[in-house]
Amino acid sequence: MAKEPRNPMEEPIDETPGKPDPGKNTCRGINRRVFLGSMAALGGTAALGSAARSASGAEFSGYPDSFGMLTDLTACVGCRICEEACNKVNNLPSPDKPFDDKSVFDETRRTTAKAYTVVNRFENPKEKDKPLYRKVQCNHCKEPACATACPIHAYSKTPEGAVVYNPDFCFGCRYCMIACPFNIPAYDYWSALEPKIMKCTLCYPLISTGKIPACAEACPMGALTFGKRDELIKLARKRIATAPGRYIDHIYGETEAGGTNWMYISGVPFEDLGFPTNLPHRPLVEATQGFLSAVPLVFTVWPALFTMCYVAAHHRESEDKDEKENAEVKK
Amino acid sequence: MNGKTIRQDNFRSWFMDKLLMGMTWPEYIRTLITPFNGVAAVILSIGLPIIALRYYNGLYFATHASQDYPWGLYLGWGLFGGVPLSATGFVMATAYYIFGFRKYRSLVRLGVLTGLLGYLFAVIYLLVDIGRPWRIYYPMAIGFGTASILFLVAWHVSLYLTVQILEFSPVILEWLKSKRVIRWATMMTIGMTIAGIILSTLHQSALGAMYLLAPGKLHPLWYSSHLPVFFLSSSIYAALAMVIVVSALAARFLRDKADQTFLGNLPRQTLGLGRGAAVAMYVYFCLKVIGVAHDDHWNLLTSGYGLWFLVELLGFVLLPATIMSYGVKTESVATVRFAAFYAVLGLLLNRINVSLIMLNWNLPHHLHDIIPPWKEVAAVMAIVTIHILLFRWILNRMPVLREDPAYRDAH
Repeated sequence: MAKEPRNPMEEPIDETPGKPDPGKNTCRGINRRVFLGSMAALGGTAALGSAARSASGAEFSGYPDSFGMLTDLTACVGCRICEEACNKVNNLPSPDKPFDDKSVFDETRRTTAKAYTVVNRFENPKEKDKPLYRKVQCNHCKEPACATACPIHAYSKTPEGAVVYNPDFCFGCRYCMIACPFNIPAYDYWSALEPKIMKCTLCYPLISTGKIPACAEACPMGALTFGKRDELIKLARKRIATAPGRYIDHIYGETEAGGTNWMYISGVPFEDLGFPTNLPHRPLVEATQGFLSAVPLVFTVWPALFTMCYVAAHHRESEDKDEKENAEVKK
Repeated sequence: MNGKTIRQDNFRSWFMDKLLMGMTWPEYIRTLITPFNGVAAVILSIGLPIIALRYYNGLYFATHASQDYPWGLYLGWGLFGGVPLSATGFVMATAYYIFGFRKYRSLVRLGVLTGLLGYLFAVIYLLVDIGRPWRIYYPMAIGFGTASILFLVAWHVSLYLTVQILEFSPVILEWLKSKRVIRWATMMTIGMTIAGIILSTLHQSALGAMYLLAPGKLHPLWYSSHLPVFFLSSSIYAALAMVIVVSALAARFLRDKADQTFLGNLPRQTLGLGRGAAVAMYVYFCLKVIGVAHDDHWNLLTSGYGLWFLVELLGFVLLPATIMSYGVKTESVATVRFAAFYAVLGLLLNRINVSLIMLNWNLPHHLHDIIPPWKEVAAVMAIVTIHILLFRWILNRMPVLREDPAYRDAH
C-alpha cells in the first residue's frame, strides 16, 4: 500500500456538516486510498470473523473493526441524490416519480422491492418552515433479528458490518420482515418464479473492495459518514459535544436493538422523525434464546416423565384388576 | 382370460366398495347433489382459480402484497389458528394412551384425524403463502437456521405430520381390510404418542415464541416473555373444545356413519371434555392476568387497544369458560357444545390478534391496512371448503366414528 493507513475519523472536524462540500468524495477525510489502506488492515481480522451468534448462548458483542454509517440528520436537505445513487448502483428499476420530484414527500414512504433507501420529510418542531428529512435504509444491526428469524440461514452478518441476504437460501416465508424492528426488508411479490427479499446491502460489493457505499459517496451535504463503527461513535460524540445546541444528546443505533452499524444524530427527538423508540437496548435474539435452550431439555425430560405417567396409570389398572380378582376368590 | 376378467371384477367391486361406498356411479353422483355441496361448488369455483393464478402471477395476485404486513390470513388463520385447533390428536392420544382415560376411547380416532387434517392444511396454507413453495424442504436439507424459531416450527410440524400419519395409519389399514400391519401399528402407539407430546408442546409454544422477536411491533399487552406458555396453554383448551365441536357436528350430520358406542357415549364424554376444557381455560386466563401483572401493564388496559384486550380476555376466554362450567354443572350437553364453539372462536380471535390485528399497531393507517383483499378471503374459503370435504370423505368411508368388528381386539 502506498500510504500509511490513516484513520479518517482522527481528522479534525473543521467544516460544519450541512454545507455543500465541493470535495465531497474526500469529505471527513475519507478518500479511496485511505480506505484501501484500512481495508488491508481489516483483512487479517476479517478472516477470523465467525458466524454471528448461534443458539449456543455465547456472548457476541459485534465484529470488531466493522464498518458503519453515521447519518447527521441536521445536515440532510432532502435532495434525494442518495436515492438516485442507490438505485443506480443496485440496478433497480426506475421509480414511478423522478428523483427530483419533491411531491413524493407528501406521504411517508418506506423501503420497497424497488427502493433500498427512501428519504422522508418531517415537520420541524423547532422551526415550522424548515422541514426535516430522514433517510431510511437497512440499519445493519450488530445482531440482526432478520438473520435470527431466517430458518434457512439466508442472511449473514459480514465482518465488514453489512447484513447481506442470499436469495438462493430463501423460500419466501417473510419472517425476516416480521422480525425486523425497522420494517426494512421488502419482498418482490410480483415475481411468480423468483420472488426475493430486497434490501440495502451497505453496498457490500463496494465496501469489500475498499470503496464506500454509493449513497455516502453521492451525498452533497456531508450528511452521511462511512467509517469504522467505533470511530463513528467517537465522531458522533464529538459533534454532539462541540455543538450541544445543534444536537440532542443521543446516538440512535448505538444501543437500540443491541446496536446497529448505521447510526444517527439529530437535532430533534428521534420520535419526531418516525424512529421506533420502544425497542429494547439488548439484541432481539436474546428474547428467543431462553425458549430455544429449553428445547433439548424437553427432548430429554418429556419421554421419561410421560412414560412414568403411562406406567403409573397402567400400574393402577392392574392393581384394580388384582383387587377385583382377590375379592372374587374370597367370595 | 377368464382369470383376468375376475380380477377386473374384483377390482371394480373393491373400488365401488371403498370409494363409492358400495354405490354405482350414478347412485353416488345423485347423493352428491345437496345444498351444502352446491355452496361448496360455488366457493371452489371462485377460490381455486384464484389460487392457480397466484402461482402463475406471483403472490401479489392473492395477497395485499404489503411490505409492512408480510403475513395475512393464510398464516394468521391457517397456521396460527389452524395448528392450536389441531392439538386434538396430541391431547386425545395423551389422555387415552398415557393417562389412561379409558372412557374417551371412541373419540381418540376422531381427535387424531382432526389433528392430522389440521396439520396437513396448515402446510397447504403455507404452500400457498410462501414465495417459493417448491423449496419447502430447504430448512430440512439446504440451510439450517438453528437460531430461528421458525426452523424449529418447520421441523416439528413436518415430523409431527409424519407421526400423525402413522397414528392414523391403522384406520386406513382397517378400511383397506389389511390384516398384518395392525400389530406393529398398535405396538408403536405409545412411542408415537410420546413423540407427539414432545413435538406438540414444543411447536405449539414455538408459534408464540416466533413473536418474541418483535417486541417493538406487537402491542405490549399481547407481547410477553410468556408468549410460548400462553400459546401452549391455550392450544390445550382449544383442542378439547375442538373435539367437542367436531364430535357434535359428526354426530349430527354423519349419524349413519357412527356406531352406537360412539353415539351413546358422546353426551357423557362431552361433559367430561367440557370439564377439562373449562379448567384449562381458567388456567390460561390466570396465566394471561399474570402476564399483565408481570409486565405491569395495568395502565394500558384503559386505552382503546386495552379495551380490545379485555374483550378478548373477558368476552372470549372467561365468559365461554363460565358458560362451560355452567353447562357441566347442569349436565347440559347443548350448553357445553355452545361454550366449546365459543371457546374455539376465542382461540381464533387471540391468534388473529397476535398475528394480524395487534402487529404493527403503531403504524399509521394500521386498522385500514390489515383488511384482507377479497381474493385472499376467497382463496382461504376454498381451502376451508376442501378441508371440510376431505374430512367428510374420510368420515364417510373409514372406521373413525365406528369400530370395525373384525378389529375390535386390536387396540
